[in-house]
Amino acid sequence: MKNSKITNTLTFDCETGNYHTFCPISCVAWLYQKIEDSFFLVIGTKTCGYFLQNALGVMIFAEPRYAMAELEEPDISAQLNDYKELKRLCLQIKHDRNPSVIVWIGTCTTEIIKMDLEGMAPKLEAEIQTPIVVARANGLDYAFTQGEDTVLSAMVQRCPTSSINEKQEQKSSLVLFGSLPTNVATQLNLELERCGIQVSGWLPSQRYVDLPVLNETVYVCGVNPFLSRTATTLMRRRKCKLISAPFPIGPDGTRAWLEKICDVFGVKPIGLVERENQIWESLQDYIALVRGKSVFFMGDNLLEISLARFLVRCGMIVYEIGIPYLDKRFQAAELDFLEKTCHQLNVSMPRIVEKPDNYNQVQRIRELQPDLAITGMAHANPLEARGINTKWSVEFTFAQIHGFTNARDILELVTRPLRRNQALQNLGWNQLVKS
Amino acid sequence: MKLAYWMYAGPAHIGTLRVASSFKNVHAIMHAPLGDDYFNVMRSMLERERDFTPVTASIVDRHVLARGSQERVVENITRKDKEENPDLIILTPTCTSSILQEDLQNFVNRASLDSKSDVILADVNHYRVNELQASDRTLEQIVRFYLEKAKLKNELNIQKTDKPSANIIGIFTLGFHNQHDCRELKRLLTDLGITINEILPEGGSVTNIKKLPNAWFNLIPYREVGLMTAKYLQTEFDMPYVAVTPMGLLETENCIREIITVIKNYEPSYDFDFESYIDTQTRFISQAAWFSRSIDCQNLTGKKAVVFGDATHAVSMTKILSREMGIRVSCSGTYCKHDADWFREQVDGFCDEVLITDDHTQVADMIARIEPAAIFGTQMERHIGKRLDIPCGVISAPVHIQNFPLGFRPFLGYEGTNQISDLVYNSFTLGMEDHLLEIFGGHDTKEVITKSLSTDSDFEWSPEALSELQRIPGFVRGKIKRNTEKFAREQNIKTITLEVMFAAKEAVGA
Repeated sequence: MKNSKITNTLTFDCETGNYHTFCPISCVAWLYQKIEDSFFLVIGTKTCGYFLQNALGVMIFAEPRYAMAELEEPDISAQLNDYKELKRLCLQIKHDRNPSVIVWIGTCTTEIIKMDLEGMAPKLEAEIQTPIVVARANGLDYAFTQGEDTVLSAMVQRCPTSSINEKQEQKSSLVLFGSLPTNVATQLNLELERCGIQVSGWLPSQRYVDLPVLNETVYVCGVNPFLSRTATTLMRRRKCKLISAPFPIGPDGTRAWLEKICDVFGVKPIGLVERENQIWESLQDYIALVRGKSVFFMGDNLLEISLARFLVRCGMIVYEIGIPYLDKRFQAAELDFLEKTCHQLNVSMPRIVEKPDNYNQVQRIRELQPDLAITGMAHANPLEARGINTKWSVEFTFAQIHGFTNARDILELVTRPLRRNQALQNLGWNQLVKS
Repeated sequence: MKLAYWMYAGPAHIGTLRVASSFKNVHAIMHAPLGDDYFNVMRSMLERERDFTPVTASIVDRHVLARGSQERVVENITRKDKEENPDLIILTPTCTSSILQEDLQNFVNRASLDSKSDVILADVNHYRVNELQASDRTLEQIVRFYLEKAKLKNELNIQKTDKPSANIIGIFTLGFHNQHDCRELKRLLTDLGITINEILPEGGSVTNIKKLPNAWFNLIPYREVGLMTAKYLQTEFDMPYVAVTPMGLLETENCIREIITVIKNYEPSYDFDFESYIDTQTRFISQAAWFSRSIDCQNLTGKKAVVFGDATHAVSMTKILSREMGIRVSCSGTYCKHDADWFREQVDGFCDEVLITDDHTQVADMIARIEPAAIFGTQMERHIGKRLDIPCGVISAPVHIQNFPLGFRPFLGYEGTNQISDLVYNSFTLGMEDHLLEIFGGHDTKEVITKSLSTDSDFEWSPEALSELQRIPGFVRGKIKRNTEKFAREQNIKTITLEVMFAAKEAVGA
């Protein structure tokens, strides 16, 4: 291994930002499924539509609760009135689907032509009697999972401020934010319940009409590393108290997350250490596969820091953590945890590269020859053809990776290329491009 | 504004990128925001490309909006020039750059001063043309650029080759079965004693474009891409072109006859016994003619079908079904609205009605109304068919990864006719089988094939656990249920709650 000087602190670099990732509008794919009574309207062009229909594949055919408001030339040149056009489409949506909320997703085009979505929404909302939430999830400002961040931070404004049950008012409650599949959310609720903490609500909730109460008595804690805007909005607009913790990804992360919450609520968790050890024990077969292996994150979904921290704990060596955007404040506890984990295992600190440059990264991958590259689909096949094992990073976004229960699923993903290639190793077909 | 769930043809820049990345050693730089380089994913996934897709985005972000993207674009072009040494760099505008209205041509001029590679700006407007029109235009633009360049440098040799030769124009990446069609066309031309001069753009090199005029004629297999180039070469170099798609026995014959006419025009002494060639191929080498005559195909007589796709494939398929197989085409349609007149003229007399639309709900309504026995369409129609329980053969883009088969599956030429016969026959028999199953109440083996061993379990499931179980996808639900109950049995648990379910998952890793 080259470049293997042991460094004691994390190093942060920033490159050109020429990297591949999904457009943030892709968040509609999981959010419309999560929020069952919603309808997502993406106001953009054919380019956005083409991306969505190809990226989401079969979901398109299942009568999705999302659609494009496709902007045409007269919209761009302001020959048509935006307000009237949107009203026409929203009335049609209301008529066909009758959702509890319509979420407008602003795109690059609405930014550039400065369509005043935030201004139009309240007027139209009053007129058609359906709430309209505006989120600017565009590729000018954000990457992939940050789309969810913009939607959730817009939804914060729609949460009620006081509960119907006034008795609870004085007691501080806990609201978790981040969209997770319902069963994963239930698992995390149960983990906290075991510690004696009741989760009073989730942002987002299963239904828009069930959004949680948010006010100054509420503690909030994030479950995903890409939710920094939502966290800021919760603190500044709703005066909620943010619990800054590592994220519940991997058994180590889950325990640290639970402990931090318990600490804030003044609860002493019982049996967490044993529970963590028990999970690690059950992962031994997978850990044997990854121990000592090296990994390179090209970076595209902001889960990279947490995943890297977990993989270091599993005994892997992380060469580089590419990441689209790093909010050092929101991820402070996670960064700290990563640093500690590296110290404990006495491995070299990974290099963190914000806004990476994919071309340069491919050169570094060639030089370092990692055992595994975690990368987008644009680079996966070409790297495999050059004998580099790859795992598509997008799968981490859609798989269930949170909590104790799902730690195995992360390793299932990480080890899949290693297990597959173990089977093929001796066939002599590793290099499949002519040099 | 238009409420849209799905589209048949992609945005313009996709067409440009498909042409650019089909050439060897050509690099495209998109002027686009983060996330618009989804084309790379499609090419890498659908075509299972081993090489990195030669497309980079010059990212438009907030800073670019504030300051303009000139420096960034020029820098990205010159950088790519140094890194990859391409022959040509194509700056590709997107919907975003269309509205920014920056002077991209000026950036191109500036960048070409510093780069060894040629640099051009793709002349496509997002709001005016779609993917297919853009690819046609881009191909013509590149060809024109290199021929004019050669002319200026006096490197242009318009001497025809000694032997009859052809250029095949319009084969490109992410095209529907294009690679297979190309191989079949080469075989067909070789059989006729014609050599292949150049194939564009797939695998072609821009430095070879100057050799295009050496061929005797151009063959344009697909209506959508290549015609503009062919017309340009005809006006500029007096090169004839053949634009009959050799799909199906009769159209393959037509195509061959046109080719022979063109060649005899140059070389009247060319004596190839094409009549006997066509006859042998049709009656004995291809199985399609015999298949049409066989009693299998007899059963298809008068069955109703619906055809929808791009202009080339929908037209050819309509003709094959109605002329060569005796199937009734109730409706034939295309999403190539820009080519509607040609389409109508071509299918006239071969179908009951014509549908020109790019709205898939209209297509779905039409299919629901007609209730055909089979559909021949795109992936969208396949899904419509699934919903209505009507079988569908996929004959045209837009497509999925399963339409990029590894095996040899041309749609053109004589081997293509075999493939099409299989496709048609399999679609209909599947429909027939389904129908019979329904009449006779389905397979009676259903009871035996369920693997569930825990039908009479003595476990009590809590309502939450039960609803959680229902949320698990059907194909793994049985397994999860069994594993959970196994775990509960081992632990002596009688009631299965949510917690037990999750504990079981942690224990077995299921």
